[in-house]
Amino acid sequence: MVTSARGTAPAQLPPAGLPGLRPEWSRLVEGRDAEGQVRTWHVLDTGSPEDSRGTLLCLHGNPTWSYLWRDLLARAEGWRVIAPDHLDMGFSERTGTRRTLAQRIGDVRGLVAALELTGRVVVVGHDWGGVIAMGWAESVHGPGSRPDGIDLDGIALCNTAASHPAGAPPPGPLQVATAPGVLPLVTSRTDAFLRTALALTHPRPPAEVQEAYRAPYRTPERRQGIEAFVADVPTGVHHPTQARLDELAADLVHLADVDALLLWGPKDPVFTEHYLRDLRARLPHAVVHRFEGKGHLLPEDADVAGAVLTWLAERGRERAQPGGVPSEYRPLWRFLEERADSDADVVVEVRGGDDGPSVRRISWRLLHRRTTELAAGLAAHGVLPGQRVSLLVPPGADLTAVLYACLRIGAVAVIADAGLGVKGLTRAVNGAGPDHVIGIERALLAARALRWPGRRIAAGPISDAKLRLTGATTTLLEVAEIGARLLAGRDPADVLPPEPDPEAHAAIFFTSGSTGPAKGVVYTHRQMALFARAMGQVTRTGPDSGLVTAFAPFALMGPALGATCVVPDMDVTKPRTLTAAALADAVVAGGSSSAFLSPAAMANVIATAGDLDAAQREALAGVRTLLSAGAPVHPRLQQRAKELMPLAEPRTPYGATEVLPATDISLAEVLAAGEGEGICVGLPLPGVTTAVAPLDADGAAAEEVVTTAGVTGEVCVRAEHVKDHYDQLWLTQLASTRVRAPQDLGVGRWHRTGDVGHLDEQGRLWIEGRLAHIVVTGDGVVTPVGIEQRAETVDGIARAALVGVGPRAARQLVVVAEANEPVARTTVAAPPLARAVRAATGRDLAAVLLVPALPTDVRHNSKIDRARVAEWAERVLAGERGEL
Amino acid sequence: MRVLVTGASGMLGRRTAEALLARGDEVRVLQRRPAGIDGAAEVLGSVSDRAAVDRAVRGVDGVIHLAAKVSITGPLPEYVEANVRGTTTVVDACRRAGVGRLVHVSSPSVAHTGSAIVGEGAGPAQPEHARGNYARTKAQAELLALAADSPGLAVTAIRPHIVLGPGDTQLVQRIADRARAGRLPLLDDGTALIDTTYVDNAVDALLAALDRIEHARGQALVVTNGQPRTVAEVFSAICEAAGVPAPARRVPSAVAKSAGGVVERAWTRLRLPDEPPMTSFLAEQLSTAHWFDQRHTHEVLQWSPRVGIDEGLQRLREGFAPA
Repeated sequence: MVTSARGTAPAQLPPAGLPGLRPEWSRLVEGRDAEGQVRTWHVLDTGSPEDSRGTLLCLHGNPTWSYLWRDLLARAEGWRVIAPDHLDMGFSERTGTRRTLAQRIGDVRGLVAALELTGRVVVVGHDWGGVIAMGWAESVHGPGSRPDGIDLDGIALCNTAASHPAGAPPPGPLQVATAPGVLPLVTSRTDAFLRTALALTHPRPPAEVQEAYRAPYRTPERRQGIEAFVADVPTGVHHPTQARLDELAADLVHLADVDALLLWGPKDPVFTEHYLRDLRARLPHAVVHRFEGKGHLLPEDADVAGAVLTWLAERGRERAQPGGVPSEYRPLWRFLEERADSDADVVVEVRGGDDGPSVRRISWRLLHRRTTELAAGLAAHGVLPGQRVSLLVPPGADLTAVLYACLRIGAVAVIADAGLGVKGLTRAVNGAGPDHVIGIERALLAARALRWPGRRIAAGPISDAKLRLTGATTTLLEVAEIGARLLAGRDPADVLPPEPDPEAHAAIFFTSGSTGPAKGVVYTHRQMALFARAMGQVTRTGPDSGLVTAFAPFALMGPALGATCVVPDMDVTKPRTLTAAALADAVVAGGSSSAFLSPAAMANVIATAGDLDAAQREALAGVRTLLSAGAPVHPRLQQRAKELMPLAEPRTPYGATEVLPATDISLAEVLAAGEGEGICVGLPLPGVTTAVAPLDADGAAAEEVVTTAGVTGEVCVRAEHVKDHYDQLWLTQLASTRVRAPQDLGVGRWHRTGDVGHLDEQGRLWIEGRLAHIVVTGDGVVTPVGIEQRAETVDGIARAALVGVGPRAARQLVVVAEANEPVARTTVAAPPLARAVRAATGRDLAAVLLVPALPTDVRHNSKIDRARVAEWAERVLAGERGEL
Repeated sequence: MRVLVTGASGMLGRRTAEALLARGDEVRVLQRRPAGIDGAAEVLGSVSDRAAVDRAVRGVDGVIHLAAKVSITGPLPEYVEANVRGTTTVVDACRRAGVGRLVHVSSPSVAHTGSAIVGEGAGPAQPEHARGNYARTKAQAELLALAADSPGLAVTAIRPHIVLGPGDTQLVQRIADRARAGRLPLLDDGTALIDTTYVDNAVDALLAALDRIEHARGQALVVTNGQPRTVAEVFSAICEAAGVPAPARRVPSAVAKSAGGVVERAWTRLRLPDEPPMTSFLAEQLSTAHWFDQRHTHEVLQWSPRVGIDEGLQRLREGFAPA
């Protein structure tokens, strides 16, 4: 490649044979740059198809080139796709200048003019290409003006930034790159910067693709543009580009009427989630999808082309989602207001002690006062409607008060529980991007150490020194005191902000993450109220009834139902810590006759029943309603629970974080249903519709759902209390609602649960496993739960997981199990046991492997991670060593 | 049909000859010692003896060629003589005598180069990279047999994998003997999946190959029960059938492979009559998965196994039971 001494060189065409790049796309285009100089660009251009819907203008960043967009060029049917190389980049002209952001935006304008591009244009940008895209979009779509005859039809951005705080150091690795003397060394004299960018991929692209990225940047002269790009990153207030960037960020308000898509790889050390939060705030109407586990070079890491095309196809349709007629709305805090003068208990906390349990009782009056004070105080502290507040406070009166305070002032409560594990919790909090974090000392220390975003408020007692250590600016106590001062002698309605709209976001919960990273689930106020009402129905909890709850999320629902919640002595984040005695003490303290447990809690209650004294036994014998949720509970276990609580008919609602509850079944009904393929979870609750989306031979679930008995498919649920959407997972949300239902099922919002199962003749739902865990064999699709249940009937098998190994056409079924007599290491079941399991399951299992323990989710300790088991079995049965 | 079966003294050869007879074919057998199969004409001799082979192929329509040296140790020349020269001799004799069909019985080990085979089809024979003298010479033999496929002579190679059955002296008896002597360790946890073939199914497949050679010609087909099992379970089930204790010792496969190599060389140098307790070939075979995708074989041969592995093991158990 010829480069003159002054660092100029003409544009040229890329070499032939770069993977995925079609030579016919490449052309050289002459036009004028920002200064009006004639320049030549290398441009990839698919040309206009017939009936073109418009043009996708795709802008690469640094240090890539238009090659980044090859998938989009190949797949964007019905669109013309144009992807230029910026001047001094890729195969475009080497100008010998050092171009700034302002010039680059002008350059794109000049190129678009040279291309005589008009009409509908969707601009797509990555990295600094995203910044240029925003700048260009603003330049052609001013307030009320269309200077270039462009009809800006959308903007799609990946891992980029709209602003950078003036004076703040450049992000992450760029600090090193922009350090004095380092810049030319890493960017142009060597190709270290280029190599680093390619190394930030997950997984690394094939070597030929990496080579293609390097192709235009073989020599230091050809890399001058990379250096200039990095030098243009504002490193101080006086940097020439800082002002342009500030202007660009401020002008984003003019794009409020332009469809926007934000695609993000969170594992980006440069454009961290800070920049995503900033962009979301500036483009609040944007749809967002975070690709968990993916990084900076997102178009290589994830299917960005597919995401952009899906967005282009679906954006109109999404707005027209059927909602049905909204039902009556009663805000969650209404009971608190109505009972502001009641001295009856609303929360009862029981703590065990050597001299018997100690009990903390919170009256409606106290909770109302506390909630109102907190609401006023938080508003005064600067917690605004729509802002996210992460609540890292253990269930109990404090959490209840702060949650209802947040709800009342329209802040969005982010409820990530410790059941996600530290890693899952970090991912959840980071992903949700809270503006404020309210947490106990331990949580705030973690927030600081793990750099969770948000202003911090300490909950619970804390010393000044500790307060500084956590980085918190205030405590809940202070917040409440401020609130109390503001409220003194005034009507709360005059002090508090107006009640939030029923359709405003209220809270974000998280899925258990047993199949992939935990997903944030957003509920509106209306949906939360409906969810509370449905839970009240299924738990038989209403005004003035009492409920002992060892099921953390439900403890929060009591005040919304007018009910008294009793929190037993346990580590609520570890359900297994609930003992029978603690449950009995809670029943006595709350005078309640209902208990709501998780399966692990129920198991431990039964295991510790021997420690009960006579009074405690008597207390349990008075329990009339016993519920468990989160995962199926074996009838054997429920039977034993019933022996402790003979008046209770154990019930198990079925649902998901996205739609809870959906169905409900009693122990008697479980026993009456008998054996079948899977676990019977009963009939849908009133107002809920269940259907299945049949599976094809590849195990893919159809869009159409049926209610035909005996058809196995993905379980789909329609209910008013279905989630609003997944947080920043637009593609996942789209997939989870993509249901076509026959007319006789009526209209409303559907949720695809990711479970597989079938309906029986009576309309009962049977769960056969997770869609992600089905085994696709040459002979068809096999669902795991029924086979596992039959395997567990064999003497010696305690808990079983069914997985497949080998390539699909020859795939073999394998049972991996925990034995009744635990094994210390992986053991192949002896032939008699293997034969018994084959006979019981009716399957020609290639192997029955006994392992010390099956991996399960942290929250429920019951959902087996079959994907991990399958991956392990594949290796071990191929002859590799290693324990599960 | 008039059919020559070479190597009819082994379990599979004998059962093949018997099955041909049972369906009314005219059968001749060729092996070094009398096989004593009722109704079959016998030619005694080695497959590398041109005169004997010429005599044996005279007037037959097809040949099922099973004769081979099958072992896990021993000097290379013995393998070359029996497996490579033997096959050349049979192929040449078929050509000279105008025999129309040759079913060459091969082994999946000809394509096993040490890495796991997980649900794959029949890979190409690799004389350079297959493991051990047996597999390498069988790979060479398969290539030269298939190369002889021509308008006048249709040739197919059938690779049955680990043939089990009552009266088997190759594998079942060896495992049982070793286990009885306490010399049968499990490598690692014995979790590698391997395919096996019940003898009746292998016989059916060979007959199907002979009958459908127009479809099978020029290619190698793996034949198994299509029911892979772990090494540990196969061993334990064979021991169970033989009434001997199942292996309890676990040896890391890496240790076995290196130790096996030492033992194997010493054994060969000392010309000991018995087989060594472990060879590196055996260690690799017993610690790496090898099971196969049978769809292509089923389609070409229009054959599928009649006897399931559990029933096969039951028959094995009955075979061991005192009469």
